[in-house]
Amino acid sequence: MKSLHSFARTAAFAATFAAASAFAQTAPASAPVDKHLARNLAAQCANCHGTNGKSVAEVPSLAGVPANVTIQKMKDYRDGKLPATIMHQLAKGYTDEQVALIADYLSKQPK
Amino acid sequence: MQNTSLNRRNFVKAAGAVSLVGTGIFASGCATVGGVAKPKVVVVGAGFGGATAAKYIAMWSEQGIDVTLVERGDNFVSCPMSNLVVGGSSNLGNISVAYGGLDKYGVRRVKGEATGFDATAKTLSLADGTKLPYDRLILSPGIDFMYETLPGLATGEAKNRVLAAWKAGPETVALRNQLTAMKDGGVYAIHIPKAPYRCPPGPYERACQVAWYFQQAKPKSKVLILDANEDVVSKKGLFMKAWNGQYKGLIEYRNNQEIQDVDARTLSLKMSFGEDVKADVLNVLPPMRAGNIAAMNGLNNSNRRWCQVDWLTYESTAVPGVHILGDSLQIAPAMPKSGHMANQHGKVCAAAVVALLTGETVNQTPMVANTCYSFIDDKNVVHVASVHRYDAAQKTMVTVQGAGGLSADANALEGVYANSWAKNIWADMLA
Repeated sequence: MKSLHSFARTAAFAATFAAASAFAQTAPASAPVDKHLARNLAAQCANCHGTNGKSVAEVPSLAGVPANVTIQKMKDYRDGKLPATIMHQLAKGYTDEQVALIADYLSKQPK
Repeated sequence: MQNTSLNRRNFVKAAGAVSLVGTGIFASGCATVGGVAKPKVVVVGAGFGGATAAKYIAMWSEQGIDVTLVERGDNFVSCPMSNLVVGGSSNLGNISVAYGGLDKYGVRRVKGEATGFDATAKTLSLADGTKLPYDRLILSPGIDFMYETLPGLATGEAKNRVLAAWKAGPETVALRNQLTAMKDGGVYAIHIPKAPYRCPPGPYERACQVAWYFQQAKPKSKVLILDANEDVVSKKGLFMKAWNGQYKGLIEYRNNQEIQDVDARTLSLKMSFGEDVKADVLNVLPPMRAGNIAAMNGLNNSNRRWCQVDWLTYESTAVPGVHILGDSLQIAPAMPKSGHMANQHGKVCAAAVVALLTGETVNQTPMVANTCYSFIDDKNVVHVASVHRYDAAQKTMVTVQGAGGLSADANALEGVYANSWAKNIWADMLA
């Protein structure tokens, strides 16, 4: 989960930087960072995979699944390496950073 | 004499400054925890949008926000999966869910009909005279029908004879009963209004379900789809394949079928062009607009039919402090009016409302996804999916290019997933 941590660090740094240099002419325009971004992104999965990734039906749960497993699956769906009915189409909708945030959040949810 | 609500607000500010909170001054209408008044959210409508928003606000604020959910119904009856009841392979019990599952999140449920709100006093009015105070009001009232466009359906008797059955519940069963009572060799006709309407593929799925039933029980009968649109609105290739395949000779599709009125006595449609069309079971989906509480209170600022919102918060662009979800919205490009979409609206809105009421940053990059399954028969299913992101420059939701798509073909595995989807999304709202 090196990439995720470094992403989170970068995001946190960007927020601090944006706040500290709010009056600097040269500061890049940067949207404020939502500290619940991972939670909010992961909530999109709940319709099919259950609230906080805990499924109550045939579609598998994502809660407690190690982040690297979910990240690899999403990559394989996106690249057409894993057969799917629908996930190959949905996986293409998210960036690597978004998938990493979602996977990390769901990995920490109780099974 | 100054504006009293302003005076009250100034007083509240002053009271807070000298630490009068907790002395009993706020006892009327303010829940307090440790002497601090909890912000109040009132949600109207316990469907896909409203129930989800209520649950997620209570859950994400860890009950730091006081959530009241107003609903007139006794239990939730799902529109998605309801066409299976019309076709006879399911029943109303299978698609009904109790509201009580929300109690464990601390959501306070109020049974009643919301009639209006005072955006200045920040109160919601119910039909029985109750007034509920709010800091943020969330309306998820679904759709209501523009019966004024169809004078022939003005009476209750006419509406019962020519059903819409586009809000799941007793009408779903009534339509099923009309079909079972129909003689073999009869015609079931469904009229589809011009888009946008609730659930774009729904009418075509219903036609498939009725055809499936006819195949089992009434093989000499026929399904007639009269579509006011120029073409099949959703999943065209997949539906056409069924109509030209397993339902060949059973389903007839006609496009550009605008109607002027309905004659409930003779079960016929007065067409804008051409001769009247008569059926044995006539199912008319009237043109739709935002639900009454939104449409009757000035929130329908798009063509007087739908409600425009800020896509970061789902706050109305017409009235501050009021948020709107689901089918009542003026949709963003390629965003369907679906239950799945309303559930996703509910969560983006919940996150924003919690942030607004706790002084946190509102997510500036919200995303929503749509998954929509349609049953071709009792087992085989097709889907359409899409992913949408907020575009800051256009201030709207746009589809993520390259994502989403359709089933290659109807298949039974997606039938399993569609049933699984229903159980999970109902639980995501209500359990």
